[in-house]
Amino acid sequence: MKLTGAEILCETLTRLGVRHIFGYPGGAILPVYDALGKSKLHHILVRHEQGATHMADGYARATGGVGVAMATSGPGATNMVTGIATAMLDSSPVVCITGQVSSKLLGSDAFQEVDITGITMPITKHNVVVSKVEDIARTVREAFLIANSGRPGPVLVDITKDAQQASMEFDWDASAPQLPPKRIRDNHDQEEFDRAVEMLNSAKRPLILAGRGIVLSGAMRPFAEFVNTGNIPVAMTLLGIGCFPASDPLNLGMMGMHGEAWVNTAIQEADLLIAVGMRFDDRVTGDLRNYARNARKIHIEVDRAEINKNVQVDAAIIGDAGETLRFLVPHVHQRDHGAWLAHIAELKGDSAVRDIQSLPDSGHLYAAHVINDLWKVTKGNAIVVTDVGQHQMWEAQYYHHNAPRTLITSGGLGTMGFALPAAIGAKMAQPDSEVWVVVGDGGFQMTMCELATIVQEKLNVKIAIINNGYLGMVRQWQEFFYDKRYVATPLVAPDFAALANSFGIRSETVTARKDVVPTIESARATDQSVLIDFRVEQEDSVYPMVPAGAALHDMIRRPDSPLVETASEP
Amino acid sequence: MQTIVAYVENKPGVLNRVASLTRRLAINIDSLTVGPTENVEVARMTICAHTDERGAHRLEASLEKLVDVLLAENITDRPMLERDLALIKVAADQQNRPHLMELIKVFRGRVVDVAPDSLIVEVSGTVDKIDGLLEVLRPFGVLEMARTGRIAMTRGNDLLRPPEDARQKATENKTPAGK
Repeated sequence: MKLTGAEILCETLTRLGVRHIFGYPGGAILPVYDALGKSKLHHILVRHEQGATHMADGYARATGGVGVAMATSGPGATNMVTGIATAMLDSSPVVCITGQVSSKLLGSDAFQEVDITGITMPITKHNVVVSKVEDIARTVREAFLIANSGRPGPVLVDITKDAQQASMEFDWDASAPQLPPKRIRDNHDQEEFDRAVEMLNSAKRPLILAGRGIVLSGAMRPFAEFVNTGNIPVAMTLLGIGCFPASDPLNLGMMGMHGEAWVNTAIQEADLLIAVGMRFDDRVTGDLRNYARNARKIHIEVDRAEINKNVQVDAAIIGDAGETLRFLVPHVHQRDHGAWLAHIAELKGDSAVRDIQSLPDSGHLYAAHVINDLWKVTKGNAIVVTDVGQHQMWEAQYYHHNAPRTLITSGGLGTMGFALPAAIGAKMAQPDSEVWVVVGDGGFQMTMCELATIVQEKLNVKIAIINNGYLGMVRQWQEFFYDKRYVATPLVAPDFAALANSFGIRSETVTARKDVVPTIESARATDQSVLIDFRVEQEDSVYPMVPAGAALHDMIRRPDSPLVETASEP
Repeated sequence: MQTIVAYVENKPGVLNRVASLTRRLAINIDSLTVGPTENVEVARMTICAHTDERGAHRLEASLEKLVDVLLAENITDRPMLERDLALIKVAADQQNRPHLMELIKVFRGRVVDVAPDSLIVEVSGTVDKIDGLLEVLRPFGVLEMARTGRIAMTRGNDLLRPPEDARQKATENKTPAGK
C-alpha cells in the first residue's frame, strides 16, 4: 500500500512501540499532524516546545524507554534546544522529530527555516536531515537504536515537508536500520581487571561512588550484590539516587557540593574509590588537586571517553555496569570493614545533631521540613520530579529514595523549568504512580504554562512549590560569596494558588509547620491535580556546602542554630 | 602534538561533526586532512591536535562515539610516517634564480612553474623539512603558500584498516511504553 512520508513516520513510531508524543504543531510538520490524527498515537499538546522535550525526557527517565518530542521548523525547533541539552548531559534517550521546510527551499532563508541539525550538533548524540520519503522509516528506526544503546542520549530527526508529503510503497522489512560498520572494541583488559580485583580485596577504607549508569544499565541487583559482598559503603551522585536503597545502612547518601559532611569526609579519607557509572563531575569532586588524595581509584564506566577525563584512575573497567559487576562479584572477597564503617558512623553522629530535623520546632517553616514531611507521608513511594536549586538539594537530602527512577531531576545541565513538564512526562509513562513536583518559585515561573497541559490531559500531578521569594540558590551564593548583595534574586510571584485556580486546578497555601502534613494528606486524597504553595523561610541556606573550586573536605557546615538571628516571620 | 587517524563515512556533514566535536572539547587542531580511501564509502582523516596524551585519548574515544566515525586511533607513539605537501610561490628574478634552484634541490623540492618574476616550488615531507625550506626561501620573498596539512600512516605490519562493511544488524529495542 502506498503511504505518505507522514503516514510512514506514524506507522514506524507505532511499530517501535511508541504510544505518546509530546509536541506542538506548525506549518512544516503539518502533514505529520494530519497523519497523527488518523493513527493510534496519543499526542500531548504542550504549551511550549521546551516543555515537549522535558516531557519526553521525564517519560524516558521514568521508564527507561525512549521519549518522543515533536515540533515544527524554525522557532519550534530552536525552542527544543534547552530540553535537548538537558537530555544530553544526563544521558536520557529522547528522540526529537522536527519539521523542516521543503528540500528545494533549504538554504534559502525560507519562512521558519533554521539549520536545526547544525544548531544541535554538539548537544545531540546524533542528528539527521531527511529529505527523501524513502529514508524516513530507516532513519527513525536508527534514531531509536542510537538514542537508547550504549550511553543513551538525544537524537534529532529533521524531516523536510516534501518528504512528509511524498508517497511510496511502504515496506517495513526493507527499512531496517543500516548503521555504519563501526569497529567493535574488545574492552576487556585482563591486566586492568586483575589490578582492580587486587585493589578491591586489599583496601581497608573502600568507598563506592554510585552514579546514574547503574540505573541506565538496570544493574540494581548486581550492584547490591557487589556492595553486600564487599561490605563497602556507598555514596551517591545526585542522579545515582535510587540505584541502591536509601534505607540500607551501607548507603551514606549524596556526595559533593551539598553532600552530607560524613559522605565527603569519607571520600577524602578513603584508601580506595570504586566509581560505578559516574563521571567525576566538578559538583562531585570539588578541587581536583585535593580530591581523595589518599585513595586509589577504580572506574567502571560504559563510555571510554570518560576514563581519566577529570580524575586519573588506577584501573578502568570499560563496559555496561550490570555486565561488569556480574563479572566482578565472584572475584570480590567477603569483607568486614568494621573499623572503617564504625568511623563513618561516628562522623555521621557528629552531623546529626546539627540537622534541622533534630531541632525543636521554632514555628518557622523550613523547606527541609516540607520535603521530609512529604517523604514521610508518601512513605517514600512517590516519583518526585524536582527543578533546580535549593529545593533540589533539600529533596536529595531529605526525601529518601529506595527505588530507581523515583527521583527525576536535571543534574548535568541544571535546567530551571524542568520539573513541571518532566513530571507530566513521568505521569504519562507511569500513570499508576504518585507523582510530585517539587519546584522553586523561580523555576516554576519558567514553565508554568504547562499547567494547561495538565488540565487538558486530565492528569493527576501534585505540585509543591517551595516558595521563598528569592532565586534561592543564587541568593545563597550572594550571601556567602558576594557579601549579601542580593542583585536580581528577590522575585515577585503571582498568587500561585489563585493562578492554579484560574487553570481549574485545586490549590492550597501553607505558611505554618503544623499545616504541612494535613495539606499533603488532603492533596493525596483526591485523584486530581493539586498545587500547594509552601511559603517557606526566605533566607534559608543549603548546608553543608563545598564552595565552587574548594576541596571536598572544605565544607561550610550547618550552623549550630540555623537562621534564628536572620529569620523573619513568613 | 598528537596525531589521530580516523576512518569515517564518506558523506556530507561528517567533517562538520568532527570539527564541532574538537571545538566542544576545547582542543585546538593544528591540521586536519580528509581524503577518500580505496573504498568509496569510507574516507580517512588525519587529525593533528595541540593537546596532551589525556586530551588525545578523550578526542579519540569521543570521535568513536560519533555514529559516522568507524574507527579512531591515536598513533602518536607508534612508528609512523608523516607527510605534508606545500606549494610555495617565491619571488625570483634572472639573477637569484640559479641560487634559489640550488637551495630547492637540497630540500628535494621541485620547481613546478616558472614565471619572469617568480617560481612555484612543490615540496613534500615532514613538517620540519617544509618549515626548513620555508625558512631559507623567506629572504627571497615568499609570495604565496598552500599546505595540505599532515597525513600519517603507521609503518610495516601495523595495519590500520577500516572495519569490514558488514552493515550492523543490531536488534531494535522497542520502547517499553507506559502502562
